[in-house]
Amino acid sequence: MPERPIKVLLAKPGLDGHSRGIYVILDALRDAGMEVVFAGIRRRPDEIAAAAVEEDVDVVGLSCLSGAHIPLFPETAKLIREQMGDDVLLIGGGIIPDEDHEELTKAGFGIIYGPGTDTREIVEFIKNEVKS
Amino acid sequence: MTKKLDPKIAEAFKAWEDKILGAMIKRAESKGRKAETRESFATTSGIEPDRVALPDAGFDYVSKLGFPGTYPFTRGVQPTGYRGRFWTMRQYAGFGTAKDTNERYHALLNAGQTGLSVAFDLPTQQGYDSDDPISAGEVGKVGVSISSLADVEILFDGIELAKVSTSMTINATAAVLLAMYAALAKKQGADISKLAGTIQNDVLKEYVARHTDRFPLVPAMRLIRDTFEFCAKEMPKWNMISISGYHIREAGSTAAQEVAFTLANGIAYVQMAIDAGMDVDAFAGRLSFFFGAHNHLFEEAAKFRAARRLWARIMKERFNAKKPRSMMLRFHTQTAGCTLTAQQYNNNVVRVAMQALAAALGGTNSLHTNSRDEALALPTEQSVMIALRTQQLLAEENRVGDSIDPLGGSYYVEALTDEIEEKAEELISKIDDMGGAVEAVKSGWMEMEIRRSAFEYQRAIESSDITVIGVNKFTVDEDVRPDILRVDPAIQKSRTEELKKLKTERDNAAVEKALAEVKAAAEGTDNLMPPIIKAVEAYATIGEICSTLADIFGESRNGIA
Repeated sequence: MPERPIKVLLAKPGLDGHSRGIYVILDALRDAGMEVVFAGIRRRPDEIAAAAVEEDVDVVGLSCLSGAHIPLFPETAKLIREQMGDDVLLIGGGIIPDEDHEELTKAGFGIIYGPGTDTREIVEFIKNEVKS
Repeated sequence: MTKKLDPKIAEAFKAWEDKILGAMIKRAESKGRKAETRESFATTSGIEPDRVALPDAGFDYVSKLGFPGTYPFTRGVQPTGYRGRFWTMRQYAGFGTAKDTNERYHALLNAGQTGLSVAFDLPTQQGYDSDDPISAGEVGKVGVSISSLADVEILFDGIELAKVSTSMTINATAAVLLAMYAALAKKQGADISKLAGTIQNDVLKEYVARHTDRFPLVPAMRLIRDTFEFCAKEMPKWNMISISGYHIREAGSTAAQEVAFTLANGIAYVQMAIDAGMDVDAFAGRLSFFFGAHNHLFEEAAKFRAARRLWARIMKERFNAKKPRSMMLRFHTQTAGCTLTAQQYNNNVVRVAMQALAAALGGTNSLHTNSRDEALALPTEQSVMIALRTQQLLAEENRVGDSIDPLGGSYYVEALTDEIEEKAEELISKIDDMGGAVEAVKSGWMEMEIRRSAFEYQRAIESSDITVIGVNKFTVDEDVRPDILRVDPAIQKSRTEELKKLKTERDNAAVEKALAEVKAAAEGTDNLMPPIIKAVEAYATIGEICSTLADIFGESRNGIA
């Protein structure tokens, strides 16, 4: 029996339209054999959480380059945690100042990626975290 | 690159290849080394340059290049180039409240900037008021928050609109912001027919790259047509659109795709206006363009020259434009934000300077230089000043404008110009076969092509085929936390209070009447600009106007046209 592939939901909360980063991640995760659902850009936190529940994913990845990651990331995380518990791995990326990482970690994010990240690093991280 | 060689040169070249070059390669190989550092030196557009470019004996100077200010404008649109006037130094700026941004504008103008460029926040760009729940977290972030004419009055406080030129990066809601600008100018006593400036107003690229669309494609195109008609009649000095390749490139396209998709979108807008009964020479002179300046210095400089030549031919041959002005591709350039690194971020100053050089060598008409800290956060005032000074250095110390189109005649750059033009033409004809840019956008094809190039670029970085200093080469461990600009998170609360106050102080009956007229025009075919102007003059908010329009037009959420 083949192992079920890791299932990931990607989305962009808020009004930010910068799609390059999340599309590159999407293609890279698919190339690495993961099942990736794209919930879209300009989604509300409740829409993203509902999609995560609906798709029953292992990982949710959020991207924001407009500076609205706070409050949007913690708000989305809270809704996901409430509905899916602590098992879902949350990752974030975008233009996110180092000073904000602590608040996002507290909100449940396993890691925050910035510009210039190698996609292989992201694949490794997800594989390690979801396995353990 | 195939070209015709003069027999004398061909003979000498063969001798060089055999004896000098050949010997060098053999020597290296005998020692088990490669004589050259790469197998291929192809650009991301797939152009493989000659090892050493040679003169093309078949080169038809007059038809390919002409002279500055003459068809096909390869060497620029101004007969005096930068000898008459430098490019407009126009830094895109806006953050927080109208008052915060007004202060930055005064600082930039005092520092020698020659034009204004307004960055709006995402709620404004998508037609939501700052007190709308959907605006949470976004108010004042990527630009200034504007909800009504009252905010625009503060934004330009102390600035005479009759005396500046203002570019506004606004697309889905361009008609509303244009109306507010015109309304303020009238209040200042200016003659709106003399106002100079630009609205971006290019929704086609929003659906494929920038994603701040609000309405579905068909009504969005109608709004653009209405602004074209209004500007042609009432604001003849205003650039009614800035057809933008910048965001297409930022989303990951190659240089050739950037030219092709931008000009294909341009063709769609021109066709739309002609179909609406407009005479091509009545509006084409007020189309403007916007490109990015990426890292490959020569390919980028060539790209601008190729775009100018190709557009001139399209306007002349496809659309039968008669006025030379209608054939001129006038463009703004921004250095490529996607090339900035968060790692060793001060290196970005150098990247930006080189990209600005490419834009100047390509004959840009105006320029924004990015700030070194933009991969980290919004730029600080100090970083913005370095970016502006970079342009001033280039113009005044390095004197890149002393002779017009200084790369013209470079064997290499002329070959690159030809190749970019050829590749772009092939793509445009492919888009023509699909039924034009509107169809290429609607079907998702254009976005998928961009996305594929973006992924290939990322893979090339990860395989070190493309070098990014500080990211995949010459990396260092660093923990740098530079000063960054932060917008006060309390802004949404204060903006909400302001809107509440506005709504008690204005004549709400007049607002409702004006909004009803907007609705009636949206349902029918009358030009939307007059009722929108009436609405903004009554201090109707952008949210009110756009939700009125959305009731009729529908919404285009999730970037789907």
